[in-house]
Amino acid sequence: MNLILEPIVKILIVLFINLTLVSYLVLIERKVSAYIQNRIGPNRVGPWGLLQSVADVVKLFFKEDIVPKDANKFIHSLAPVISVVVAFSTFAVIPFGNKITLYGNEYNLVIADVNVGVLVILALTSLGVYGITLSGWSSNNKYSLLGGLRSSAQMISYELSMGISLIGILLMTQSMRLTQIVAEQGGYIFGFIPNWNIFLQPIGFIIFLVSTFAETNRLPFDLPEAEEELVGGYHTEYSGMKFGLFFLAEYASMITASAFIVTLFLGGWQAPFIEYFNFSPFVISLLQLSAFAIKVLFVLLFFILIRWTIPRFRYDQLMNIGWKVMLPLSLLNLIVTAFLILINIL
Amino acid sequence: MIPLNYYLLFAAFLFSVGVVGVLIRRNAIIVFMCIELMLNSVNLTFIAFSAFMGNAIGQMFVFFVMTVAAAEAAVGLAIIIALFRNKKTINIDQINLLKW
Amino acid sequence: MTFEEIVFWSLVLVSGFAALMVVISRSPIASALYLILNFFCLAGLYLTLNAQFIAVVHIIVYAGAIMVLFLFVIMLLNLQDETKLRERMNWKSFAAIALSILFLIELFYIFIIKTPTPKIPIHPSSKEIGTVEYLGKILFTEFLFPFELTSILLIAAIIGAVVLAKKKFELTD
Repeated sequence: MNLILEPIVKILIVLFINLTLVSYLVLIERKVSAYIQNRIGPNRVGPWGLLQSVADVVKLFFKEDIVPKDANKFIHSLAPVISVVVAFSTFAVIPFGNKITLYGNEYNLVIADVNVGVLVILALTSLGVYGITLSGWSSNNKYSLLGGLRSSAQMISYELSMGISLIGILLMTQSMRLTQIVAEQGGYIFGFIPNWNIFLQPIGFIIFLVSTFAETNRLPFDLPEAEEELVGGYHTEYSGMKFGLFFLAEYASMITASAFIVTLFLGGWQAPFIEYFNFSPFVISLLQLSAFAIKVLFVLLFFILIRWTIPRFRYDQLMNIGWKVMLPLSLLNLIVTAFLILINIL
Repeated sequence: MIPLNYYLLFAAFLFSVGVVGVLIRRNAIIVFMCIELMLNSVNLTFIAFSAFMGNAIGQMFVFFVMTVAAAEAAVGLAIIIALFRNKKTINIDQINLLKW
Repeated sequence: MTFEEIVFWSLVLVSGFAALMVVISRSPIASALYLILNFFCLAGLYLTLNAQFIAVVHIIVYAGAIMVLFLFVIMLLNLQDETKLRERMNWKSFAAIALSILFLIELFYIFIIKTPTPKIPIHPSSKEIGTVEYLGKILFTEFLFPFELTSILLIAAIIGAVVLAKKKFELTD
């Protein structure tokens, strides 16, 4: 197959699905929050409010774009772009399915299968700090600046435990290639539990999950935009579609983070017990794709439920958890994993 | 095919830009950034040699240079903050405690 | 021009421009942003040299950690008087620029004119060398001792940074 055309088509498809998912994720979030708070939620635009996101986007486009007087104009516009680009580009290395055969050609369902996939994702998530920090600084507003500073301190602190909690998996898989990490998660423990890393690395999974909440600035760790203290945090001074871009970036990074969690801990596209049925290879590929989609949706739903049920941490509590609980725990997890591998148990 | 010379010359260019920055700028943070620039130009030379010679030692060196750069950035910025707290400036011409 | 050459020259142009702007631009934030751009181009150059692992680590360490620290410090200091810090050019700075250009010309003479351009391509084994597996193996066998030493260096740096940045640091004027 054509070397240039194939990645471009894959990128377009993934981007399209991600964008659609973002718009419906916003709707799902509003519906879920409504049910949790015993309301109905958006129900005016289209059947069951299905067109609400379209209306929102149209509204954002027609809003006036206001830039504060003493703001640094260039950086003020650059910051949301950085956020969006970083949020979407992470998906480039995530395998969303096994091979699929279409019209006699075999395609790998991953955009770029790189040798250092895990590191690429960590690098890209660490770049997400810039969007928030720069937006906070360039707005020339004290609330924005506080939000930006909080966010950069928070993201750097949690990146450490996030990275270390991953090393356990890397030790077991002996590869940083994400396709291989997923491939290793096939098979069963004791014959009936799927061989997913969540069962082999439960502590690593919890640390990683909590760190992901902190990295994506979601509640209970949404200190950078804590409405009650900082007005809107880093995007206080943004309006119109620039604000929309931050909104988009938040949900897009939620999707990529969920996809990353699924790939690392929940078996990626592995669909358990599929080999007991006699499906054709094409049907199996489709089932694996949908297994990946279902898992990602499940994690996303978990993200949303957490947001509407757990209150926000105080800033010192956040830092205490990050440095005094998460980091030692992830180091302990790493040492125990290494020891178990040394005595040939894992 | 890009020959090794071009990589080396470009690294030399980055290095001399860094040297100019260190010599003519008076803002301690920018001076510091120019030092990072010089370190990186050396890294580029190491990696170019490593790739053209088929030898991994160059890349190992880069790894250690990065560690040193990280340590240096942490301590250096802490020094700058301490200086700013005491002297309310980061102009390196006014930071002359050790000069007499 | 081949695809390889286009990639190389565009990276070199952007990176060189960014490096110059680091030195020229007035505000430290702009300098820091240009430096980040420069680091990205350097990571691209590392990729053209098949050093994938180093390229990604370079992004993580420099763009993801060190430059965030720089931005953090610049924002915390919030230099109001930065514009007042008019850096006048005196004879010393002109001498510095002249000497650097001389240095560059010298190296140009050595690398381009004196040495005939070798027609050696990138070593075929460099593809294998750039991978995590290969570098990891060397790092933990041949370079184990220096690797352990860096951990001491990093701990010393952490302690030093904490001590220096603490509030009650007395410096007699």
